[in-house]
Amino acid sequence: MGMAAESQFHVLAVDDSIIDRKLIERLLKTSSYQVTTVDSGSKALKFLGLHEDGATNPNTSSVSPNNHQEVEVNLVITDYCMPGMTGYDLLKKIKESSSLKNIPVVIMSSENVPSRISRCLEEGAEEFFLKPVRLSDLNKLGPHMLKTKFKDHNQKREKQEEKAAFQSPKRQEQEEQHQHQQQLLQQQSNNNKRKDIEEGLSPERTRPRYSGITAAV
Amino acid sequence: MEVGQMQGRLVDYTKSLFMEGFLDGQFLQLQQLQDESNPDFVVEVVSLFFDDSEKLLNDLTMALDQPNVDFKKVDAHVHQLKGSSSSIGAQRVKNGCIAFRNFCEEQNIEACLRCLQQVKQEYYLVKNKLEALFRLEQQIVAAGGSIPMMEMGF
Repeated sequence: MGMAAESQFHVLAVDDSIIDRKLIERLLKTSSYQVTTVDSGSKALKFLGLHEDGATNPNTSSVSPNNHQEVEVNLVITDYCMPGMTGYDLLKKIKESSSLKNIPVVIMSSENVPSRISRCLEEGAEEFFLKPVRLSDLNKLGPHMLKTKFKDHNQKREKQEEKAAFQSPKRQEQEEQHQHQQQLLQQQSNNNKRKDIEEGLSPERTRPRYSGITAAV
Repeated sequence: MEVGQMQGRLVDYTKSLFMEGFLDGQFLQLQQLQDESNPDFVVEVVSLFFDDSEKLLNDLTMALDQPNVDFKKVDAHVHQLKGSSSSIGAQRVKNGCIAFRNFCEEQNIEACLRCLQQVKQEYYLVKNKLEALFRLEQQIVAAGGSIPMMEMGF
């Protein structure tokens, strides 16, 4: 199982309610994700290695290719209504950060307010879940994380290629595993009747770009 | 009483809680998240809910007892209680909170006090019911039986 570290997704869950933190943690673990929970937006930013003034601590940045730490976050799921920094504020800060903006963010809220939903999606949130969140909602997360994983994975792969020529068997195995995972995740996607977002609200999302690196698929 | 009978009692009791509106589908979601690796998940979450709610109800009592009531604060507490009751499926408590919030918006102190009474009542009712449910479960487990999974088809 040498691939375990790479194929497990790590989700950072942010919620000021201890009950909801416990719930989201269980939901995520049941879906086979690694989970870290924090109770505020500022703690989330700290965990991601971003100081509130926008400066990044290079030692804890989770998207740095030469990251020595194992802390890599593949998705942030956050409550909207929180004291101090709201989920929307957190979303903005992540999307404004050059090092963090490619991390997919999902917003959760107990209130179905269309203007709130569209504002979050416009700011770059991938999904908006109404609380209480269910297992079927989490099936939507996979594709977003896989997208980013592929990006990171291809970056790392290219670096490995520069070092050693003989990589083919391992690479094939990894590619197959990713494809298999993608198929599994797509099969899990159900029609979610609890989706209250208008269909027309899926905006054109710009694909995240790393300058100077072409993704080799 | 033997295990089969106890399990039957548990199923009937649980069904009645749904029929009477004390619990909604979210409670079933919680049960489905419980398994051998997390055998006490429901009790743990519900215990958190009990602690959180009792604190909130105290805060609400104090907040409404002030000479100048801070309705924003009151609303914030009710919002929290509404959220947590919704998360565990305590339907009547949640509905009580929804009504409560409307009166906070109107800044109607008398109505708020009535709502607080109502929500307290619903909270203590569901607390008793859930504690009884957990006791039934404990008895089954102690007798060597397993907890039957609730079906949605009732």
